[in-house]
Amino acid sequence: MVTINELHRYGRTKLIMPGTSACPGCPLQLGMRYLAMALDARFAMVIPAGCSSVIPGAAPYTAFTVPVMHVPFASSPAVASGLRRALRIRGVDGPVVVWAGDGASADIGFASLSGSAYRNEDIIYILADNEAYMNTGIQASGTTPPKAWTTTSPRGKTEGRKDMSLIMIMHNVPYVATASIAYPMDFIDKVRRAASIRGFRFIHLHAPCPPGWKFPDNYTVRVARLAVETGMWILWEYNQGKLTISSPSVPYKDKGRRKPIEEYLKLQGRFSHLTKEDVEVIKANVDKQWDLIIRLTEIYR
Amino acid sequence: MSSVSSKYVKYILSRPMAGAGGKTGTWRVHRPVINAERCIKCGLCWLYCPENAIDWLENKTVTVDYDYCKGCGICSDVCPVGAVTMVKEGVI
Ligand code: SF4
Ligand code: SF4
Ligand code: SF4
Repeated sequence: MVTINELHRYGRTKLIMPGTSACPGCPLQLGMRYLAMALDARFAMVIPAGCSSVIPGAAPYTAFTVPVMHVPFASSPAVASGLRRALRIRGVDGPVVVWAGDGASADIGFASLSGSAYRNEDIIYILADNEAYMNTGIQASGTTPPKAWTTTSPRGKTEGRKDMSLIMIMHNVPYVATASIAYPMDFIDKVRRAASIRGFRFIHLHAPCPPGWKFPDNYTVRVARLAVETGMWILWEYNQGKLTISSPSVPYKDKGRRKPIEEYLKLQGRFSHLTKEDVEVIKANVDKQWDLIIRLTEIYR
Repeated sequence: MSSVSSKYVKYILSRPMAGAGGKTGTWRVHRPVINAERCIKCGLCWLYCPENAIDWLENKTVTVDYDYCKGCGICSDVCPVGAVTMVKEGVI
C-alpha cells in the first residue's frame, strides 16, 4: 500500500488548482486529487454533466490541470472509448479516465456504460457516487440508498439501490473495485492496479456530500469513514477473476466489530426521519450485502 | 487576459489557473488556525483538504492558503492531535 510519505512529494503540487466552484467540504475534489496523485497527473479525463462539470470554474480558466473533455450526460463512456483509440493511433499510451457521477452512470448514461464495458474498451471508469443528482438539486438516483430523503423522495426513497459494481462484474470486465474518499491509500492503490491492466476497469468511489446528505461541511471524511466502519460500504476488489475484501474492510467481516449503524445515520439529515423499523430494515440490508460479498469471495477465488 | 481569451476563442480551451471559481477565501466563515507547536507534521490535513489549500512543505510543516481556503473545517476534523482550531472570521 502506498504511504503518506511517498505522497509527500506532491506536498505543494496543485493537482487541482485551489479556488474551485465546489461547495466547501466537497468529496469529489478529494477523489480527483487522489486520482491525480495515483496517475502522477498524466492522464486524460472525460466528464459528463454533473457537479464535476461545474467544479473547475468558469472559462477561459479551469481548476483541472490535466486535459479534460466535458461531454453530455449519456455519452462519456463512448467519448472515452473513441478518445482512447485516437490516442493510441497517435502513439500516446496514457490512461483515459471517465469521471462520472451516479446519475450519469446508474441512470442516464447506463446504456453507453454497459456498451463500452461489454466491448471491453480500454478505459478506466470512476463512478464518484454521492448518491443523488446533487448538481441539479438533490433528486434521487439509482444509487440513492432506500429510505434516504431527497427532493424527489421527500418521505424517504421507496425503491432499492442498483449495485453498480456487481453489475459491472457481470459484464465480464477485468477489473472492478469499490473505494472511499476516506481511504485514499486504498483508492490510490486500486487506481494504480487498474492502470496496470488493459481493458475496461471500473472503480466505485463512495463520496459523501455535505449539502446533499445534510451533514456539516467538516464531516465529509468522518461520514465516509463511518460508512466503512459500520459495514454500510464494503471495500473490495475484483481483479481478473479473483474477488477479495480490501484491508480497511477486513475487520468488519465480523459483524461484532462493526460500529452501530445509527452512528452513521444520525450524522446525516437525510436520514433524520427514520423510524426504528426503518433502521432495522437498513441493518438487515447491510447483513445481506456482507453475506453476498463474502460468498462472492468464495466463488471468485 | 486578452491573449488567453483569443486562444480560448480559437481552440475552445480553458487553461489551468488558481481561482477559476473566484477568490473562494471570501466564502469562509471559520478560519483554520494551525498551532505549529502542537503539530506533529503528519500531513493528514494536507491529504484531506478538498480545496488543495494546504501546502505540506519540504520540512513537513503545513501552511494554509487563506486566499482560497473555504473554511470547511475538514483539516480540523482529521487532525490527530487537535492542532487545527476553527476561529470565527473577524475575531482574529
Ligand atoms: S453538491 Fe456535493 S458533490 Fe456537488 S459540489 Fe457540492 S459538495 Fe461536491
Ligand atoms: S478549512 Fe477546508 S479548505 Fe480550508 S484548509 Fe482546512 S480543509 Fe482546506
Ligand atoms: S493534521 Fe494536524 S498534526 Fe498533522 S500536519 Fe496537519 S496540523 Fe499538523
